[in-house]
Amino acid sequence: MTGHVFHPGHHALHGVTVLLETNGSLTFIGRFDSEDQSGAHLLDVAVHDSNGAELSKDEFVRRTLKFGVRVDRKHAVVPSGEIARVGPLSEVRA
Amino acid sequence: MPYDPRLVAPMREEMVRMGARELKTVGEVDEVLGDQRGTTLVFVNSVCGCAAGNARPALAVALKHAARPQQVVTVFAGQDVEATARARQYFGEYQPSSPSVALFRDGEIVHFIHRHQIEGQSPQTVAANLTGAFDKFCGATV
Repeated sequence: MTGHVFHPGHHALHGVTVLLETNGSLTFIGRFDSEDQSGAHLLDVAVHDSNGAELSKDEFVRRTLKFGVRVDRKHAVVPSGEIARVGPLSEVRA
Repeated sequence: MPYDPRLVAPMREEMVRMGARELKTVGEVDEVLGDQRGTTLVFVNSVCGCAAGNARPALAVALKHAARPQQVVTVFAGQDVEATARARQYFGEYQPSSPSVALFRDGEIVHFIHRHQIEGQSPQTVAANLTGAFDKFCGATV
């Protein structure tokens, strides 16, 4: 991120497509909306589960960078305690 | 639900001013994308002030480049819903996002810019992405 707030008045990541990695098997890519007591709210979300997924996590990210977010869920909430890393997808290099 | 047409009118006018043809119906989309020769750029417009607010000026800058697509068209996501859905059918594996940009050559997508590549970027950065693709795929036009 370049340091500016994308949508003034909101969370710094509001409206930004993010890669959210959890401490477990799930990885999310979607548009960050907000964060509250229930966790981080993402919209239009692609979800990867490293337990039994056809694609590896790296391939999932690579394909999303090339072809865009294939939406699995309109809305996902990830509890804050499960979030390992979250940042703009645009900063990820394939 | 689409926004009030008065709200989006300036966003449409910005596209027309830079030379883009608006496609508002499925028929208009098919007419342009159905049997393509040469290069066509499709800009998926959006009301998002931050992403589209950078993408439109970026395209305006890029279209002043020596090499540019032969046709520039636009559909408006969330406004011209059916036309946008139809245009996206031509995008194949590329997933919907708005704003976004698809560059076709002879009917095949050769370059695509997703919303996530526009977020947080300056218009100059996005324009450089576009002109790089124009140099590679379009060549100079007369």
